[in-house]
Amino acid sequence: MGAIVEFLHSIPIDLLIIQTVNGIVTGMILALVASGLTLIFGIMDVVNFAHGELFMLGAYMGVIAFAVTGNFWLALVLAALIIGLFGAALQIVTLRPLIGRDPLNTILATFGVSLVLQNYALWQFGPVARKMSEPIGAEFTLFYLQYPWYRIVIAVLSGAIIGALWLFLKFSKFGVWIRATTQDRVMAQAMGIPVPLVYTGVFALGAAMAAASGVLFAPFGGVDSSMGLQWVLEAFIVVVVGGMGNLAGSIVAAIFISLLEAYAAVWLNPSQAVIVSFVVLILTLLFRPTGLFATPK
Amino acid sequence: MTTAPLDKAMPLGKVRLSHTATFWIVFGIVMAALIVAPLVLPPFWRGFLTEILIWGLLAMSSDLLIGYTGMVSFGHSAFFGLGMYGAAAALIVVSPPNLWLAVLFGLFGAAAAAAFVAYFSTRLRDIYFAITTLIFSQIFYVIIFTWTSVTGGENGLIFDQPHFTIPFLVNVPFNSTTMHWFVLAVVTASYLILRRITRSPFGMVLQSIRENEARTRAIGYPVERYKIVSVMLSGLFAGLAGVLYAVQKEFAAPDFVYFLTSGEAVIYNVMGGIGTLVGPIVGAGFFQLLRQLLSQWFGDQFPYLIPLGIIFVAIIIFLPQGLLGFARRWLNR
Repeated sequence: MGAIVEFLHSIPIDLLIIQTVNGIVTGMILALVASGLTLIFGIMDVVNFAHGELFMLGAYMGVIAFAVTGNFWLALVLAALIIGLFGAALQIVTLRPLIGRDPLNTILATFGVSLVLQNYALWQFGPVARKMSEPIGAEFTLFYLQYPWYRIVIAVLSGAIIGALWLFLKFSKFGVWIRATTQDRVMAQAMGIPVPLVYTGVFALGAAMAAASGVLFAPFGGVDSSMGLQWVLEAFIVVVVGGMGNLAGSIVAAIFISLLEAYAAVWLNPSQAVIVSFVVLILTLLFRPTGLFATPK
Repeated sequence: MTTAPLDKAMPLGKVRLSHTATFWIVFGIVMAALIVAPLVLPPFWRGFLTEILIWGLLAMSSDLLIGYTGMVSFGHSAFFGLGMYGAAAALIVVSPPNLWLAVLFGLFGAAAAAAFVAYFSTRLRDIYFAITTLIFSQIFYVIIFTWTSVTGGENGLIFDQPHFTIPFLVNVPFNSTTMHWFVLAVVTASYLILRRITRSPFGMVLQSIRENEARTRAIGYPVERYKIVSVMLSGLFAGLAGVLYAVQKEFAAPDFVYFLTSGEAVIYNVMGGIGTLVGPIVGAGFFQLLRQLLSQWFGDQFPYLIPLGIIFVAIIIFLPQGLLGFARRWLNR
């Protein structure tokens, strides 16, 4: 009994609250990455291994556009647009010929693409991480820390982008096409929906979302060519835990896993904290192999 | 002149070799070439060829899953790495270093990792299997990378090469030629065992899981058990490749546990042709040779994965059967 009380007293409450904020902020960015991934999977049956690389290239584009224009928000929009267009081109060249083949071919092809993009970035931009300054300098006091407002803005903005995606899927014409294609692609085609165009559009949308999250993350993480892999792994875990192709599930799972990792980082060093998300994945696989929030399909 | 009389006119044309005879003749020719190769090749290419054989063994082991059971594993680096670190443990702890103990330890390490991965990931199919094996291999990577006191962390471990021993008979140090022969013997034996496995009733069940899992289950085969055994077998051979690599290079490093190694094994398979067993070895040779040539032509800093990645994607799109795909039926008959 005494040991438990002692342990409870040893929990640093202030640190936990700080980590809660941190966890939610990273969770929202992760949710943005994972929702692009799950959108692409849900509609095209494509596991986009190159999603992390689109995130990374988006961050680089943001750094470059920021250097040119001097305006962070303009850089954010530009990077999302450029990577969105690039994603469309990528889909047409590498994934369109694979439509109708075993979905495993797409994971192989996107793996190849991710190798090419990652090595291209390393070759083009060099191994030294690029820094980017935060667009909002203001800070507020959180216990003994000066916490930057920018991180709160990121979380809100990520949430807003996801909300906009939801509205887009719900009400726009293209969104209705997308949902129709998700439900039954043959029937959708028969109804005159241009399914190949929907595929390309969805891939571009997912790529643009990955790029946007890359730019948002850039100011507090730095940008280097290997960052994409770490994010895509986390996003894979999130998507499996949340239920593949389930948008709401991935968002909840992203925040859940990021919070757990943030709390774990109180006691473990950050590279070991990753193991917590692995444990969540293993437990999910044991008890709910189709994901915590899977919809029967 | 038509072809029919020509056939009659030539007595040689009447001698029809059976499929088995042709297979073993081709096998013998390739073996002879590989045995003679280290005597002819300069030292660098000798080691290079040995390395290709080791990568070929790794790729062949994952072919059992990809080509025969229909499960794409992105986690073979874990088995390879555990084989490597298992061998390292035996070579560091026991003195004098013993080759067979290293093999035993390496296989034990790989089997433990494979049992763990197989138990969880075979619950899932297709893409989910690929993703979970990838994540599992990253678990092993993180553990090995961060557990510095045991694994040496980022720096890895270095150790002495064991001698080639047969108890009470032979005890000689390896040189690059005998190392090549030793690796060749192990890889050939593995190939023959894997070939036997894939042609056995057990292998037939694996292939029927690949073709139609639901029907295989309906017939009454315990599909999960077959999958677990195939992952374990595949993991053992991947571990063996790790042991060979450790013995040849005299070090173990966390880089090899990183998932990129698994990705390369998948690339070898796709390039060479899945479901052929020899295809992956050819793929490994093709990949490593191109990589070597590219860095010789353009310098060490050349990002060789860019052209190789493009070739890989092109092969998936335009040549989905791989380089040896045309011989697939013949090799499996």
